[in-house]
Amino acid sequence: MKQKPNKIVLELMINGEKREVVVTQDKTLLSTLRDELYLTGAKPGCYNGDCGACTVLMDNKPMKSCLMLSIEAAKFSITTIEGLKDAPIQQAFIEEFAFQCGYCTPGFIMNCHGLCLAKPEATEEEIQKWLSSNICRCTSYEEIEKAVKKTLALYQKGEQR
Amino acid sequence: MSFQYFYSQAIEEATARYAKEQQKQNRPFYYAGGTEILTLRRLNIIYPKAVIDIKHIPACNIYKLHEDYLVLGSALSLTEIEEKNFFPLLSDVSTEIADHTARNKITFGGNICGQIFYREAILPLLLTDSLLVFAKDQHLRTELIHDVFDEQLLLQEGELFIQAFVEKKYLAAPYVTIKKRKQWTVGYPLLTIAALKIDSRIRVAISGLCAFPFRSTSLEEVLNQPNQTREEKIAAALKTIAFPILDDVEGSSEYRLFVLQNLLDEVLEQLEEK
Repeated sequence: MKQKPNKIVLELMINGEKREVVVTQDKTLLSTLRDELYLTGAKPGCYNGDCGACTVLMDNKPMKSCLMLSIEAAKFSITTIEGLKDAPIQQAFIEEFAFQCGYCTPGFIMNCHGLCLAKPEATEEEIQKWLSSNICRCTSYEEIEKAVKKTLALYQKGEQR
Repeated sequence: MSFQYFYSQAIEEATARYAKEQQKQNRPFYYAGGTEILTLRRLNIIYPKAVIDIKHIPACNIYKLHEDYLVLGSALSLTEIEEKNFFPLLSDVSTEIADHTARNKITFGGNICGQIFYREAILPLLLTDSLLVFAKDQHLRTELIHDVFDEQLLLQEGELFIQAFVEKKYLAAPYVTIKKRKQWTVGYPLLTIAALKIDSRIRVAISGLCAFPFRSTSLEEVLNQPNQTREEKIAAALKTIAFPILDDVEGSSEYRLFVLQNLLDEVLEQLEEK
C-alpha cells in the first residue's frame, strides 16, 4: 500500500478482479464500492450496522460494509451482489417471491449465500441466527426463509450448480 | 474531518503510535472491530484524527488454554469466541450481542471497552474473577478485574487491553444467561443476566439495569442465604440495588425491575439445586 498525504492507494480484490482505488483513509467500504467503483448493489440503509442492506462477503463471510473501512478490506476477497452471477439463492428468491420493494434484497442474498456456503446443513436455529442480521421493511421474512431452505436443500444434494 | 489509519503488528508499535498521536493532539483511538468508532464518529459523538488498528497483533488474537487458564485476546471477534467455545458462558453471552453479521466484526475487547453501556462481554469476566492484561509504552500490567472495573474498565490514557485470563475451574461451572429485549428475539437489549455457580454459591452479573454492567456481592449475599424462600431472596435482592435504574424508551425503571425479578427467579430455579 502506497501512502499519500491524506489519501491512500488501495488494491481491492472485488468479484475476482483487482481494482485500484484512491480513497481517504476513513472511507467506508460501502462508500468506496458505490462512489468509486459504481458497484451500487450494496445499499446504504442505516449506516449503523443495524439493517444489513450493505452486506457483502469478505472471504465468503458476511460483513456490513458500512462498518468496515476500505483500507481494512484490502486483505480480503470481496464479493458483492454483482459478483454472484446466478447463484442458486438468487433463483430461489425469484421462485419464492422473496422480496417486495427489493431494497434490502442484495444484503439478504449476500448473507443467505454466505450461510449456504458456510453451513449447508444449517439448522432452523442457525438460519434464524444468521438472518436476524438483516431487516426487511416489507416483511418478506417467510418467503426469504423458504428461499434459504430451498437453496440449502440443493447444497445438501450437491446440486447447487 | 478525516482520520489517519495506522496498522500495528506489535503491542509496542501500537502503544508508541498512540503516544505519538496523543502528543500531536490527534485524539487517537485503538481500533479493532471499529464498529462503535465508525458509528459514534458518524453521529459526531467522537472525533478521532487517528485510529490504530490492533486486530493483527498476535497477542490480541490468542484463544488458548494455558496452564490453569483460558487466555482470550481482546481482538477476537465475538463469532470466533462463539465458534471456539471453550467457555460456554462467554459464548452464550456473546451470541446475544448485536447480530450474527455484526459479530463477525465486533471484538471481545471492543465490546468491553466500548462507550455503549451494555458491554455484556464483561459479565462472564466479572463472574469468574478474571485477570486482565494491559499495555502502555513498554510496560505490561496484569490486574484482577475487580481492581480495574468500576462501571467501566479503568484504562489509563493510551493503555491497550490485550488479554483476559479465566481460570479453568470456571469453564465448566453450571451457569445461566438470559437476555431480554423489548420485543421478540432481535433488537436492542433490555436486560441481560449472567449467573454462575461455583463452590456452592451463585454469582450474578447484570447489564441493562443501570447505566453500566455490574456484579453485586450484596445481591449475591442475599441470593445465597440459606433457610429463605425464593420469593424472600428475590425481594431482598432487589432491595440491594443501590444504583439508579434506567428509565428510557426500551423500558421504564419499574418494568426493568419486574423483568429482573423474573430473571432472578429463573436463575435460582436453574442453579439452586446444581
